[in-house]
Amino acid sequence: MLHLIVFSVFGLVCVAGAVNLLVQRHPINSALSLVVVMGSLAVEYLLLGAEFVAAVQVIVYAGAIMVLFVFVIMLLNAGEEDRTKGSRVALLFGIPGMLIGSVLVAWVLLEKSGAGNVGVGALPGPPKVIGWLLFHDFLLPFEVTSVLVLIAIMGAVVLASHPGAVQQESAQPDQREV
Amino acid sequence: MVPLSYYLVLSGILFACGVTGFLIKRNIITIFMSIELMLNGVNLSFVAFAAQWHALSGQVFVFFVMVVAAAESAVGLAIIIAVYRTRGTLNVDHVDLLKL
Repeated sequence: MLHLIVFSVFGLVCVAGAVNLLVQRHPINSALSLVVVMGSLAVEYLLLGAEFVAAVQVIVYAGAIMVLFVFVIMLLNAGEEDRTKGSRVALLFGIPGMLIGSVLVAWVLLEKSGAGNVGVGALPGPPKVIGWLLFHDFLLPFEVTSVLVLIAIMGAVVLASHPGAVQQESAQPDQREV
Repeated sequence: MVPLSYYLVLSGILFACGVTGFLIKRNIITIFMSIELMLNGVNLSFVAFAAQWHALSGQVFVFFVMVVAAAESAVGLAIIIAVYRTRGTLNVDHVDLLKL
């Protein structure tokens, strides 16, 4: 019972944060509500017994990625977004279609899926086992991931660097030759 | 005991919120945050299924999804900075031409 209460409270916080992300007009408010979503999701992971994923969620998502977002928002001095009118056909068909689809999916999941219950801490996975899996069964994806991150770092540096700075640096050797 | 389907419904709600934000938002940074919301919803369903079948591979996959999300957000935010530098706006409605 307590499990259900904690799940419901943090699930509601999660959904409220997600809806607030959509409603807010200033990007910094959306970013902060996304932090709320990620924090409450970390609690849901803890309820499932996934301590490792919960810790990584807080450190990587709520810590690193969101700080990056807030940095960019402040760097670009992003103001409130101006609303534009969407198409009327999308409203006419989209909202009823979305409602019907979501009710159908929820009904199938809740009534017909036959999925069992999940107890508190159902996962028998301490971080030690996950580390063993990462370095034995998933060694190749892990190494490929490191290459991916390296490429992402270089891409981010190249994309975000000022184009004038690169031209000046490449122009300097020519001046020395002259 | 909480049914697995509750977790799946919660992850579905998060994913739907992400899709909606991706479609209705006009600020490119908020659109990017909606993508992160979608990834979070998928991660929750991964962990819930991993708990259901006692399969730890689900958690490893969540780890990989997080790494890809971090790489994606680094490159994406760099692209946003480059777009803002050349266009001077963050509104996606004003960024609709390939040439400057």
